[in-house]
Parts: sequence; C-alpha cells; structure tokens
Amino acid sequence: MNNILNQIGIENYIFLAVILFSIGVFGVLYRRNAIIVFMSIEIMLNAVNLLFVAFSTYHQDAQGQVFVFFSMAVAAAEVAVGLAILVSIFRNLGSIDIDNLKNLKG
Amino acid sequence: MDTNLALVLVLTPFLGFLLNVFFGKSLGKTVSGTIGTLSVVVSFAVTLYFFLQINATKQPIQINLFDWMSFSNFNVKFGFLLDQLSLLWLLFVTGIGSLIHLYSISYMHDDENMHKFFAYLNLFIFFMITLVIGSNLLVMFIGWEGVGLCSYLLIGFWYKNQDFNDAAKKAFIMNRIGDLGLLIGIFIIASLFHTTDFVELKELILGGTNGGETFWIAAAALALFIGASGKSAQIPLYTWLPDAMAGPTPVSALIHAATMVTAGIFMITRLNFFFDLAPQILNLIAIIGAITALVAATIGLVQNDIKKVLAYSTVSQLGLMFLALGLGAYQVAVFHVITHAFFKACLFLGSGSVIHALHGEQDMRKMGGLKKAMPITFFTMLIASLAISGIFPFAGFWSKDEILMTAFHTDIPLWIIASIASIMTAFYMFRLMYLTFFKEFRGTEHQKSHLHESPKLITLPLVVLAILATFGGLINFPGSNWLNHYLEPIITKVGHEGSLGATEYMLMGIALVGAIVGIGIAFAKYIKQSQVPSEDTEITGVSKVLYNKYYLDEAYTIIFINPINAASRFFRDVLETALSSFVFGFGKVAEAVGTQGKKLQSGSIGLYLFAFVLGVCILLTCLFIAQ
Repeated sequence: MNNILNQIGIENYIFLAVILFSIGVFGVLYRRNAIIVFMSIEIMLNAVNLLFVAFSTYHQDAQGQVFVFFSMAVAAAEVAVGLAILVSIFRNLGSIDIDNLKNLKG
Repeated sequence: MDTNLALVLVLTPFLGFLLNVFFGKSLGKTVSGTIGTLSVVVSFAVTLYFFLQINATKQPIQINLFDWMSFSNFNVKFGFLLDQLSLLWLLFVTGIGSLIHLYSISYMHDDENMHKFFAYLNLFIFFMITLVIGSNLLVMFIGWEGVGLCSYLLIGFWYKNQDFNDAAKKAFIMNRIGDLGLLIGIFIIASLFHTTDFVELKELILGGTNGGETFWIAAAALALFIGASGKSAQIPLYTWLPDAMAGPTPVSALIHAATMVTAGIFMITRLNFFFDLAPQILNLIAIIGAITALVAATIGLVQNDIKKVLAYSTVSQLGLMFLALGLGAYQVAVFHVITHAFFKACLFLGSGSVIHALHGEQDMRKMGGLKKAMPITFFTMLIASLAISGIFPFAGFWSKDEILMTAFHTDIPLWIIASIASIMTAFYMFRLMYLTFFKEFRGTEHQKSHLHESPKLITLPLVVLAILATFGGLINFPGSNWLNHYLEPIITKVGHEGSLGATEYMLMGIALVGAIVGIGIAFAKYIKQSQVPSEDTEITGVSKVLYNKYYLDEAYTIIFINPINAASRFFRDVLETALSSFVFGFGKVAEAVGTQGKKLQSGSIGLYLFAFVLGVCILLTCLFIAQ
C-alpha cells in the first residue's frame, strides 16, 4: 500500500473529523451571531466530507470522492442562499443575533 | 275539452291565491276581494256545467294528467275523477264558498290584511277541490294536507293574539295525528291491492279480491277512520274544532262547519265499498259517531260563547253523520252533510253578523234583544235554527230524520243516543236564539247606540243560505229520493228506499215532538223565566263540568302533553347534556394539548438547535445500543 494512509492511520482522520464536527456543533449551540452559526454548520459539513474522502481512499473506491464533489457544490449554493437570507435579515432587523429572531413564536 | 275545464276548475282559485298573495296589497281591498270571490264563482260555474253534464250522461269523467310515480307493479297517476260524489261535493264547496267569499268582502273590510285573508281562502278552495276530485288516494291526500294547512293559517289569521296562535297549532297537531292514520291506511291499501286509484280499487274489491287478509283490511279501515276522525272532529280528536273558532267567522263557517270538516265523511263515502269489507270497523264508527254526537251536544248546552255553541253543534252533527256512515247508510250521511252545510254556514254567518254589529262581542250573556235591530239576521238564523233542530219542513228535518230512522232499524240504543242528542240540539240552538235576539239588550250603552243591521253583502249570503236551509230537504224527499238515485253509481249498497210506513211516520213524529220539547224547555227557561247564564265563576255542579268540556283538554294535558314535555326536558337536560359533553370533550382535549404544545414554539432558535442536536444524539445512541 503506497498511499497516504500508510503514513497517517485512518483512525486519525476519524478523530479529526469527530473533533471538527464537535467544534461545529458547539459553535452552533453557543454562538449567537448568525454568521458564526453558519460557519459552524460549514465546519460540520466539511468534517463529514473529510470522512467521506478518508474512507474512499481506505476502501480504494472512488465513489466517496465523487460524493464529496457533489456535496461541496451543493454547499456552495447553500452558502449563497444562506448569506442572502442573512443580508435580508440584517436589512430588516439591523442585527443578526439569532436571539432576536423570535417573530414565529407560537 | 273536459281536461281543460277541469284544470280551470282547479286552477282558478289557485290563480286567485297567487294574485292576492303577490299583488293583493297594491290592488286594494275591493279589488282583492273581488278577485278572490270571482275565482271561486268561476269554479262554481264549471262545476255546474259538469254537474248538468253528468246528470244527463251518468258517465263519470276520468282525467289523467300525467304519471306521478311508477314502480315495478305500482303506478300512481296524477288525475281527477269527476263523478256523482265529487261533483255533489264540489257544488256545495264552491257554491257556499262563493257566498262566504262575498260575505267576507264586507266582513273583513276593516282588516289591514284582507288580501292575505282572501289569498288563504282561495288556497283553501283550491286544496278542497283537489281533495274532492283526486282520482286516487294520494292526490286526495295532497288536498287533505293542504286544507289542514289553510285551516291552520286561517285560525291563526289574527296572529298577534297568542291564544289564537295556540288554537291554530292545536288544530294542526290534532289533524296531524289523524293524517298519520290516513297515511298508514293508504300504505296498507297500496300494499294489499297495489293501487290507490278509486276506480281500480272498486273494480278489484267488487270483483272479489279482498287482499286476502281480513285483519289488514280491518287495520286499514281503522287507520282511515282515525284519519277521518281527525279531520272531521270526532272523539277523541275533536278538541281542536271548538278552539278553531279563534279564526274569523267566515272561516268558521266555510272551513270548520260546511266543507273541510266533512272531508272525513267524503273519504269514507268514497271508499264505501272498502269499508263494507270491515263491518266491525263500521260498528265502531257508528258507536263513536253516536257518542260524539251526545258528548258534544251536552257540552253545547252550557256554552256562552255564541261561536262555541255552534262549534259544539257542528261536532255533534258530524257525529250524527258518522253514525249514519257506520250504519252503512252512506247516502244518508251525504244528505245530512249537504243540509248541514246550508244551515250551519247560515248560522255561522249569522253569528258573524251579530258579532260584527256588536264590535267583536261573542258572549251571549252580553247580547239580547237584537231582533228589532237586525231583522234579516234574526229571520235567517231562525230558519237555520229550525232546520238544525229538525222542525218540519226545513232541510234538517229530512236528513236528521233519515239518520234516526236508519238507526232505529239497525240499532235501538244508538237511536236513543242520537235522539237525545237531537233534543239537546233543539234546546241549545234555541237557547242561543233566545239569548241573542229576545228580551232586553244586556251590552254596553255604547254598543246599544251602534246596533245596526249588517250591510247587503253580509245579508245576501244569509238569505240565500236560509232559502237553501228551507228547501234543501227536497233533494232527498221521501218518495222521490233524488239523492239516493243520483248516488247509486257510487254507493254499492244503497239501503232501504225510505218507504214510508206507519213506523216511519211514528219516528218522524217522535223526532218532531223531541225537537219541540227541546225548544219548549229553552223557551220556558230563557223567555218565561228570563234566565241569563251565570258568570263563569258562579257555574257549579254538572254544568261546571259541561262548561269545562268534561275537562277533556285538561285530561289531554295531563295524559299526553305533560309526559311529552317531561320527556323533552329529560332529553334536553340529561341526554343532550351527556351527548354534547362527550362531543365537546374531543374539542377540549385537542385544545388543552394545543395550549400546552404551543409553548414549545418559543421562537428561540438556540433552543431549537439544542433540541435538534439532542435529538440526533439520542437517535445515534439508540442505534448504537440496538447494534
């Protein structure tokens, strides 16, 4: 086996992905700034992408890498829409603190 | 030609109704009354044409307009049957109807809703004609229900008086009980014979088909009789008729004396071939009729409201007619229906004339001495009273005498009851006459100064009816017996030919003496001794029981109305509460869940995200454990 997994074991990729995902989760839960929440979601997404790629190499199967391309393309579109929503929220409320977004309270 | 004329006959009063309903108010009182009267006169003219035709040809006219309902082996045609019986009925319905319409033009002239009155009267005539000329039971039933409706509308015509509304409702509900009976009778006949057509039924039954089941025949006859006793005010359903006097007097004369209340007799005569199959029911009819005649006559003895006396007298006379029907002497009953229509309409219209002159006073204790002020009314009412009392040679003598004779030949106890009832009739009719027209006037000075004879439009019908009440007996004069011969095609068993032997002359003598005795007692009491009936509170003893109509209304209240009220209160308070709290329970649960659940939607995004993450964690843990 002459790929990168010989030098750095698969388990390290998994740990990294878990750490990244957890960072994302905590960012989502603890930050109030909508943009940072948004960034945290991106981190979670990329943690999963990393796992995809790592396992794709591990299994010698290109499918995972193809998926990652798709997922990155979709994520790009999602970022565009999400940021547009944030801009619109800022224009309306003058703030992007998610605690202020309570208009849908039942 | 005949079809068109028959349609004219039926639809002219309906046209009059439509015109009066939609344009009556703007046309003005005189025009509205004229339209109402003319439409009935046209019907009368057409009837007369048909009557003369059938008198010459003896051929009944059958008119089928269209197929009404049609099932596999059961067809109902919408058609008319103009035969001897229906034309006879039409003659006095439209004839007396015309006179009463004429009378009403003057009588109702001060009423703001005169156009409505004429509209209802026209509608009544329309339904009555439908009832009479329907070619099968179901067409007859349309008319039957329609006249009940009109009766309700007209009793409650002065709707601002709650008592009158109650009387109207009472009449309608009592009739409804009878109508249910009629409907059940029709159903049984339809299921036994697969037809409701009178002609077909007659052919089937005379051809020997009896439906196979005597029990069901008797049941149908009984049900039909209940229907008849509702409409024609027999025991136990008669209580609505005296209360129906709440309506304007022309209505009492037309609907509640001369025409509608004879519908039951018409129906039984129409189906005489059917009733002949159920002799036990005929017996029952005779007994009920005799008892009704007696009971109503006893109540009539002590009533003080001039119209109430006439109302009970109507019930009593109807009882006599039912007695004749029950004895199988249908033609005699028809004869009495006709003479009764003449003199009773005359009496009611006369009492209306009196009430009109006294500005609405109906209590005979406050009348008296009207003879001089109202000679025409007095004279015509006197003739009618003589006729109803059965004094020779007025119309009532002949018809009542035939009933008594038939009863004597078949059933002596019934004859005795009927004779007592007719003596009482003579008494209370002359009590009415003496209290109203003789002695001194007992009303207020104001009324006294306004006493006057009624206008010509009121007296003219009175005179015509008085003439009819005098000579009406001629149609079935013993010896010629025109009516019996005329009705032969209708009534399968015309009874004895009224041959006059010694017994018959003796019976006539007894009846006449009885009537004179009745009049004599009234004369002794109210003229010689100048008695005036005591005030309501001072009435005691037997007369109190009679004055309160044997407390029958109270008994009905206790036996029927109170339990029904109690049941409806039970259903409202207990059953409905239980049911609705069950149904409302669903709503309450949903509402409570929603009230609590809406707190979850706090709008705090942080909380949502936390719940989301927590949920994913729990899900993952579960999956992990499951493995």
